[in-house]
Amino acid sequence: MAILEAEHICKSFDHTEVLKDISFSLEEGQVLSIIGSSGSGKTTLLRCLNFLERPDSGVIRVCGETIFDGNDKTTLQESEIRKKRLHFGLVFQAFHLFPQYTALQNVMLAKELLAKEQPDYKARKREIHEEIRVLAEELLRQMGLTDRMHNYPHQLSGGQCQRVAIARALALKPDILCFDEPTSALDPELTGEVLKVMKELAEQKTTMIIVTHEMAFARDVASHVIFMDDGYILEQGTPRQVFEESHEERTRQFLSRFTQG
Amino acid sequence: MELMLEQVPIVIRSLNVGFLQTLKLFFVTLLGAVPLGLAIAFGSMSRFRPLSYFTKIVVWIIRGTPLMIQLLIIYYFPGLVLGKPIWGGGESGRFLAASVSFIFNYACYFSEIYRGGIQSVPVGQEEAGLVLGMTRSQIFFKVTLLQMIKRIVPPMSNEIITLVKDTSLARIIALQEIIWAGQAFMKGSQGISGAIWPMFFTAVYYLIFSGILTVLLGRLEKKLDYFR
Repeated sequence: MAILEAEHICKSFDHTEVLKDISFSLEEGQVLSIIGSSGSGKTTLLRCLNFLERPDSGVIRVCGETIFDGNDKTTLQESEIRKKRLHFGLVFQAFHLFPQYTALQNVMLAKELLAKEQPDYKARKREIHEEIRVLAEELLRQMGLTDRMHNYPHQLSGGQCQRVAIARALALKPDILCFDEPTSALDPELTGEVLKVMKELAEQKTTMIIVTHEMAFARDVASHVIFMDDGYILEQGTPRQVFEESHEERTRQFLSRFTQG
Repeated sequence: MELMLEQVPIVIRSLNVGFLQTLKLFFVTLLGAVPLGLAIAFGSMSRFRPLSYFTKIVVWIIRGTPLMIQLLIIYYFPGLVLGKPIWGGGESGRFLAASVSFIFNYACYFSEIYRGGIQSVPVGQEEAGLVLGMTRSQIFFKVTLLQMIKRIVPPMSNEIITLVKDTSLARIIALQEIIWAGQAFMKGSQGISGAIWPMFFTAVYYLIFSGILTVLLGRLEKKLDYFR
């Protein structure tokens, strides 16, 4: 069964249609890359999945459970949305780490706040805190940041910040981890270290949706590629189908720079 | 000159008493206006239009009229116009009226500083909190608040230093703060009259106190330097 199904998602800002009838699905453990020119709606699509924007219509299902239905107002309640968001993690282009917390505290914060809602929190307070710290340290180790755990974001490079942000998203164990142009704010050297950990996550069968301009990365790591243009999904399929056997002229035009280079 | 030297201890004692009242008004105002300002800031940022318009009009009126007039209205209006002297007589009544005026006035100024501080925290911080499943109040208290405090320390220091000296306006309703105490020696008090120098002396009190505050607020600013 598909872990994520999106059907007929539409979204307008004022009178501009940004998403036009977007449908796709994603299997567990797969990596979906969304490519396309700036303004094609890629980021808006990710933001809709994370409930940072509300689609005007359409249906989103995670593991068969309908988490959003444009025709069913009961799926739009604020308190419900907060829980549904936890199906998804989101890594931003500009990191958005919390500057007043160390790398480790950034990873632990949300998990600790959620733990307070557990019924046995008061009784097991210290134990729970310890579990969360161990998990956060393990995640930061995976990201190659063991010696940076107690640094504040402004003391870290962009690449290190983005890896902290990935660990922070992973700490909540989302079903699907989304990346919104995770390397666009980084220089080529730092881009490499971030792509490397993302590749490792893909090898560990982490379900991911990656909006990216790194074409080589999309081709090599993704199991599925979507090409968006002007709010539509123009083409989707395996990387081979999209990159080498594209049907649409527009896709070939977009990719020409990359394939020729 | 000899006469003046004998007068010094008398004047100092009097000024000390007045300055105590000044300090009391200062701290009470701060204690009340800091939280009230936050409530007003949320009011003016509210998505509920009538509330935000109402708040903005109140802030406009309070910031748009002299504090001295507000003091007079708040102290005299209930008694003279409504026939209900709610403040009671004597120094304690005057202090109460002055506190209310100052808290309200300063809360309005603070609210605008807070609003600027909150709005200057990048929207990405809130979005990051939201996608991590945090509630809006968790985001405010755990993420936004400290970043806002860091940004508002310099403008707040400015207002707080101004407040030290603004307390002297309470003289208009005869609150016995330090200016009142100094002025008494011009009119004649404790055998001293026509003396202007006690007034000059009051400046030293203000100067020392605002010096202490400057150092303390500077330390707070340094303390928040650990993040950017």
